[in-house]
Amino acid sequence: MAPENSSDNQPNHFRRIVYIWIVLSIVGDLLFWFLVGPHVPPGRMTTTATADQFDFNILAVIGLPVIIGVWEWLGYAVFNWSSKRKGHPESVGGVAAAGNKRAEVSWIVVTSVVVLFLAVFGTISLIAGQGSGAGEGPNPIWQPSGATQAETAAINGGGTWAPNKNQVLPVQVIAQQWKFTYRYPTFGGFESSYLILPNDTNIAFNVTSLDVIHSFWAYQLEVKADANPMENNVAFTKTQQLGSFEVRCSELCGIWHGAMFNSGNVVSQAAFEAWATKTEAANAQNTKYLPPFAWTYVPDANGASGGFYPDGTVTPYSPVESYGAKQSS
Amino acid sequence: MSVSAEGLAEPAEVDESRQTYVPPKHWVNGLLSQHMGTAVICGFLGYILGHWLGNYIASGYPYIANSGQNSVANLLALMFMVIGWLGGIGALNYPLAKIIGREPSNETYYTGWTRYFRFNLDHKVVGIQYVFAVFTFFFTGGLLAMAIRTELLNPTTHVFSADTYIKIVSEHGTIMMMMASSVVVGPLGNYFVPLMIGARRMAYPRIEAFSLWTFAAGYFVIFSALPYGGFPTGWTGYAPLQTQAGPGMISYLFGFALIGIGMILAGFNLGVTIINYRAPGMTWSRVPVFVWSIAATAALLTLASPVLFAAGLFGILDKTVQTSFYVTEHGGSSYLWENLFWFFGHPEVYIMALPGFGIVGEIIPVFTRKPLFAYRVAAAGMIGVALLSFFVWQHHLFDSGIDPDMRPLFMLTTELISIPTGFIFLVGMGTLYRARIRFEVPMMFCMAVYFNFLIGGVSGVFLSDTPVDVTVHGGFFVLSHFHYTIMGGLIFAFFAGLYFWLPKMTGKQMNKKLGVYHFWTMFVFFNLTFFPMFFIGLLGQPRRVFTYAKNLQTLNDFSSVSAFLLGASFLIFVANIVWSQFISPQKSPDNPWDSLGLEWQTATPIPPYNFERIPVIMSDPYHYSEVDAPVVADFGTEEQAPIPVHSSSGASLDESDQ
Repeated sequence: MAPENSSDNQPNHFRRIVYIWIVLSIVGDLLFWFLVGPHVPPGRMTTTATADQFDFNILAVIGLPVIIGVWEWLGYAVFNWSSKRKGHPESVGGVAAAGNKRAEVSWIVVTSVVVLFLAVFGTISLIAGQGSGAGEGPNPIWQPSGATQAETAAINGGGTWAPNKNQVLPVQVIAQQWKFTYRYPTFGGFESSYLILPNDTNIAFNVTSLDVIHSFWAYQLEVKADANPMENNVAFTKTQQLGSFEVRCSELCGIWHGAMFNSGNVVSQAAFEAWATKTEAANAQNTKYLPPFAWTYVPDANGASGGFYPDGTVTPYSPVESYGAKQSS
Repeated sequence: MSVSAEGLAEPAEVDESRQTYVPPKHWVNGLLSQHMGTAVICGFLGYILGHWLGNYIASGYPYIANSGQNSVANLLALMFMVIGWLGGIGALNYPLAKIIGREPSNETYYTGWTRYFRFNLDHKVVGIQYVFAVFTFFFTGGLLAMAIRTELLNPTTHVFSADTYIKIVSEHGTIMMMMASSVVVGPLGNYFVPLMIGARRMAYPRIEAFSLWTFAAGYFVIFSALPYGGFPTGWTGYAPLQTQAGPGMISYLFGFALIGIGMILAGFNLGVTIINYRAPGMTWSRVPVFVWSIAATAALLTLASPVLFAAGLFGILDKTVQTSFYVTEHGGSSYLWENLFWFFGHPEVYIMALPGFGIVGEIIPVFTRKPLFAYRVAAAGMIGVALLSFFVWQHHLFDSGIDPDMRPLFMLTTELISIPTGFIFLVGMGTLYRARIRFEVPMMFCMAVYFNFLIGGVSGVFLSDTPVDVTVHGGFFVLSHFHYTIMGGLIFAFFAGLYFWLPKMTGKQMNKKLGVYHFWTMFVFFNLTFFPMFFIGLLGQPRRVFTYAKNLQTLNDFSSVSAFLLGASFLIFVANIVWSQFISPQKSPDNPWDSLGLEWQTATPIPPYNFERIPVIMSDPYHYSEVDAPVVADFGTEEQAPIPVHSSSGASLDESDQ
C-alpha cells in the first residue's frame, strides 16, 4: 500500500506497522513457546496429551501474530489516525482508498495458505495420534497396533493382559446418570468406580452409556469420548507418566451433571497387574453371574444388559431379538 | 408499485396495499380494536382451550395417566395460546379473509403511539417493535446470567439447588440464542433495508409483521418453561435427556419450532425485498454492505430454519405420542437430534455473525470519512460465509462417535470458513488506514467488534482443530469462544447500529456522555468476564456445572464479579434511552453523522411511504473524499439535493452538478 499522495510528508505507516508487528510477533511467539508452551494443559501424562499440547502450541504461535497484527492496527488507528478537527472532518483517501489489488490478493493468499496449513497439520496430528484421544465411534480407523486383536479378544471371552508384553488394554467406560464406572474385560470383567491404568500402555477406551448422552473426559489423559446409549465409542491413548488424573463428564446429562466426576491413577504395570488380579479374585463370585463384556447395555426388564445371559439365551421379554443374542466379534 | 420508466413514482397518501393511516376517533374505539391487549386475552383463552382439549384427548392414555404429566395438554395449550395471540393481534385477519374467499376490506391503521402495540404493516414500526421484543428477551436472559454467575461464585456453597441451577442455565442459553437470531435482522434489518435499497415498503409487509408477532409469542412460550418446571438440557436440547425431561421441554421444543417459523418468514421476506425491490440503478455492486449481509443472512434463515422446525417436531412427537425418533433403544438414534440440530445450529450462528459484519462495514466509512476498502471482497466474504456455513456442522460432534473419516473433512471446511470471515477484517483495517476517525459512540462499538470478534474467531480456530478440540470441547473455552463471537461481535455491533441509527428512527439524539460511559463499562467488563473463561476451560472445568475444582475459584470469582458489573453497565444504556428518548429528548438533525447512505437522505421522522419519489441510484454510498464521484442518488426534486462528497469543514453544502 504505497502512499496515495506523494506530496504529503506522512511517514510510511504501513511499513512502520509491519516492522513493529514483526518484532512483536517474534518476541511474543518466543515468549509463548518457551515460557508458556511447556505448561499448556493438559500436560504430558499420555502421548495424546503431549501431542495435543504441541498442537495447541503450534496454533498459538500462528494465532498470536494474527491477534498482535489486528490489535496493533486498531491501536495505531486510535492513536495516529483520529480526526484532528471537530465538527465536519475532512474526507480522505480518494479513489485509491477504495481498494488495493495487491493488498487484497496478498491477504487472501496468505490467509488461505495459513488456514490450509492448519487443516493439513491438524489432520496429520489427528492420524499420527491415533485419533488424538477423541472418540472415534464403534469402528475406529486410527488405532495403535494390536488394538483390534485386543478388542476382539475382549468381546469374545475376555482376552488377557500382562505387563511388559506391549499389549493394548481394553477398558470399558460405562456412563450413567450420574456416575462413571469402569470394566476390565481382560480381568474377568469386574467393575470399578476408580479408573486405574498401567503406565506405558496403549489403552482402548470403550465408552457407552446406560441412559442419556454423557461424555467421558479424562482431563490429564487427554481423552474425550461421548457416551451414547447403545453405542460404543472407542478412543485411544498411551499412558507415559505416573500420577493421578481427573475424569469429568463434559456433556450435560441432567441435574447432577456438575457432580459427575471421579478420579483415577496411572500406576506402574506391575502395580496395576497386582491390583487388577486381586480385584478380579475378590469379585470372582459375582462376575461369574454377570454377562461378559458387552459393547453396549440396554436396560430392560431383564437387567442392565437387556436379557443377555451368560449362556446367550434370548429371553421372552427382550424387545428385540438381537439384544439377547451372543454378540459377534 | 407504480414506477414510471424514469424511475419516478407519484407520491401517494394511500399505500399500495390499500391501507389508510388515521388517528382513532376516540380512545374507546382504539381500545375496542385489535391490539396487544386483545392478543393477550385471546392468547390466554387459547391456552385454556388447548389445555382442556389436551386433557380431553389424552388423559386416558396409560403413559400419561401413570406419569401425572400430560405433555399433550401442555403442547396444545401452548399451540392454541400462540394461535390466540396471533388472532388477537389481527395477524390472521387477511389470510382468513382470503381463505374464505372474501376480499379483505381496506385496512385501517391507527397513527399515534398506540400503533406500536398493534399489527402494523409499516416496516419502520415493525422495526421499533422488534427493538422492544429483542430487549425483553435480552434482559430476561441477562438476569438469568447473573443468577448463573452467582451460583458459580463458590464451588461448595450453593445458592440454587442443582435442579434449579441447570434449568436456569438452559433457559438463559435458549432465550439468548432465540434473541440473537433476530437481534439485528429484526429491528435494524426490517427498519433499514427498504430505506437503503430505495424502496417504499417490504415485499411482504404482512409476513414481516407476522414474523414479529411470532417472535414475541416465542418469548411467552420459552418463558412458560419456567412455571412448567424448566428443562434440563441446555440450549442444545440433546436427546435422550430431552425425552426423559419433564413438561418444560415441550416449551423449548415448541418455542424453537415457533421461532424457526418466524425466522423463515423474516428471511424470506427480506430476501425477496432485496432481490426485487431495489430502486432503479441499484445494481448489485451498489448495494450497501449492510444489505449484503442481510441478504446472506436471509438465505441462511430461509434454508436452515426448516431443519430446526423438523427437529423440534420430532422431539415433540417423541414426547407426546411416543414415537422414537431420538430414542436409540426403540430404533431411533440420539445422533439424529444432534445432526439435525447442528445442521441448523451452525448456519444459525452465522445468521448471528453476518449482520454484525454488515453493520460495522456500514458504519466505519462514515466515521473514517474514507471509501469502504475492498467493497467486493466484503460482499464475497458474506456470500462465502453463508455458503460454507452449511458444510461445517459436524465440528460440534468431533468427539461424539461420528464416522472418524468425516473429521478431517469437517476440520478442513471449518478452517476454510475462517478465510471469508477474515475478509471483514481486511475491509475494516483497510478502511481505517490513514483515515480521519471520529470517535463517536457507534464507531467505538465498531472498534470493539473488531477487537472482540478477533479473539472469538481465533479461539474458533483452536476449536476447529480436532486434536485440540479434545481438550477444549464441552468446557468453558468453547463457552468463552461463543460469547466472544455472539456477544462481543453481534451484540456490540447491535449497539453500534442502535446508537448510529436511533437518531433517524426516532428523531432524537442519544446522549453522548452516557453512551461513552456505557461503551467503556460494557467493553471493559465484557472482556474481564469472558477472557478468564478461556483459562477456566483449559484448566478442566466443563460447561453447565454447578461445582468445580477448588483451585479455579479465584478465576470464577473474577469472572462473576465482572459479570455483575457488565450487567450493571446495561443500566447506563437504559438510562440513556429513557432520558434521551422520553424524558428530555433533543431533536436530532436529519443526518447527524454526515453519512452518504440513502437511509439518511430522508426527512426525520420518515414518512410512511419512505420516499416521495423513488430515487434513481447512481453509485454506492461509500465514495467519501472522491472528488469526481457520482452522487449517490437522484431524487428528482430540488429540496433533496444530495450531499456532495468533497465538502470540507466549515464550507456550506452546495448543490453539486449532476
